Amino acid sequence: MNTATHASAADIAVERHQSVRARGRLARLWASNAPGYLFLLPWLLGFFGLTLGPALVSLYLSFTDFDLIRAPQWTGAANYVRIATADPKFAAAMQVTLTYVVLSVPFKLTFALLVAIALNRGVKGLTFYRAIFYLPSLLGGSVAIAVLWRQLFAGDGLVNAALSQFGIEGPSWISHPNYSIYTLVALSVWQFGSPMIIFLAGLRQIPTDMYEAASLDGASKFRQFYKITLPLLTPVIFFNAVVQTIDAFKAFTPAFIISGGTGGPINSTLFYTLYLYQEAFGNFRMGYASALAWILVVIIAIFTAFSFLTSRYWVHYDD
Amino acid sequence: MTDTPMTSVTAPPPPVSGRNPMASVLIHAALIAASIAMIYPLLWMVSASIRPEDEIFSSTSLLPSSVDFSSYIRGWFGLDISFGRFFWNSLVVSVLTVTGNVMACSLAAYAFARLRFKGRNFWFAIMLGTLMIPYHVTLIPQYVLFLNLGWVDTYLPLVVPKFLASDAFFIFLMVQFFRGIPRELDEAAMMDGCSPWRIYWKIMLPLSLPVLATAAIFSFIWTWDDFFGPLIYLNDMNNYTIQLGLRTFVDSSSTSDWGGLFAMSTLSLVPVFFFFLFFQRLLIEGIATTGMKR
Repeated sequence: MNTATHASAADIAVERHQSVRARGRLARLWASNAPGYLFLLPWLLGFFGLTLGPALVSLYLSFTDFDLIRAPQWTGAANYVRIATADPKFAAAMQVTLTYVVLSVPFKLTFALLVAIALNRGVKGLTFYRAIFYLPSLLGGSVAIAVLWRQLFAGDGLVNAALSQFGIEGPSWISHPNYSIYTLVALSVWQFGSPMIIFLAGLRQIPTDMYEAASLDGASKFRQFYKITLPLLTPVIFFNAVVQTIDAFKAFTPAFIISGGTGGPINSTLFYTLYLYQEAFGNFRMGYASALAWILVVIIAIFTAFSFLTSRYWVHYDD
Repeated sequence: MTDTPMTSVTAPPPPVSGRNPMASVLIHAALIAASIAMIYPLLWMVSASIRPEDEIFSSTSLLPSSVDFSSYIRGWFGLDISFGRFFWNSLVVSVLTVTGNVMACSLAAYAFARLRFKGRNFWFAIMLGTLMIPYHVTLIPQYVLFLNLGWVDTYLPLVVPKFLASDAFFIFLMVQFFRGIPRELDEAAMMDGCSPWRIYWKIMLPLSLPVLATAAIFSFIWTWDDFFGPLIYLNDMNNYTIQLGLRTFVDSSSTSDWGGLFAMSTLSLVPVFFFFLFFQRLLIEGIATTGMKR
């Protein structure tokens, strides 16, 4: 009896000792980690509440019928099956978007690179030119520029007025299904300023003694460009190509303004994001639109993975 | 390369030896022609907004026959609600967004750049991962969430996420900058018993004004230009931002009042142009060092 109480008292003492030590460890753990997590708290709340949570919910919704009013109805893979097999508008949107990506990105990057190389030759007034070329990139995302573009390429717009000076009678570019997409490509190429600035920064990193050595060896300017500039610039080209392509997949405002939200004429400017918007907020097919969103993610992921996998065959990295 | 990346980007380019004067003339001619082609549409829009209405489509020249500001007055009052209201709304949303972005992103960036805690690298990788995710994936559940909170048709869905550092891009930008600040400064402060909060507030932020300004300016411009967010969340015309006001103007007067439309379009570009004029260096450095998209 007595010994038992002794033993238990000892146990309690040991336990108390251990819990004090545990509390000490906890306190140290708290002291070393709490500040970091406190500073990170707003972002963590946003990450769980506005990114991870919603992303999982939208994955669930993509397997349902959901119109905002009634609870989501589980339909299995029906949305995806319909997208893949029985949705001509999806096919149209995909075709328009791919055309836009394939045309706008290479032209934009080529312009950006050519102008950057011209500016990098030590021309006088570099900052002036750079500013002028950059301005459209800065303004280009606004509705005002889309409005302007709609006028420029209208039947009685500025472009046709200029063409008529040469006796050419142009069509109404905006409302012709064969041409409307090209006006959007032109709008994108017009904004080549920001990749140009990144190219300029990249060109600045190439050591000049390489060119000096090459010209001493009698290498022509063209050969120098082909053998020095281009290979050393491939990491920047790669970066610009990936960023611009992802951006092109996500383009929305110009197509919306130019077509009045319809994606017309005859779906010729139906960007993928515009179609997604119509399904979600025009027809309130929230489940279907969620499936469209996840397909967009998969497309962008496949494209990005493909770029990174092929990059080691053409992108030059210093060891 | 001992210089900080921020200055090396705008340093003058190396002189090109043995330059051919003829080539130089040709390059200038090409650059000037290209510059004119680039800004001609913009200048034309400005000139269309100040010329007599009947002259807009009859002339490709930039000089109006007479200067007439009546388009601005017609445009300003062209809708049921004046454009003053739309400009004010855009200003409110943009200023709140800038405040949220700068506060929340700098807090997170300080944690990632300077504080030691378990899981830091894990969360940093997650943060970088969120940069890749297109917002369409979170769009619909976020809309449902804000609808249930009764936030639709208020500015809360546009602004509150910024106070939770939803524009992770700016976190990345600030982490890059914070890492360039000498560690000795905050280590010495820590020896003197400074709390992390005081180090953040008294040392990091004052030393980081360039990056904070860059983030603030880009955040302002992107919010000012944003069309998609307001389009989804704002229904009442009293709450419209300038971009939505312009869009309504296009729909209501697509054939009649081009002068008024161009006048309001020009005005809507003024704030962005102002930042371009006075903070060009910061903007260009920001793009060059981080590869920002616009």
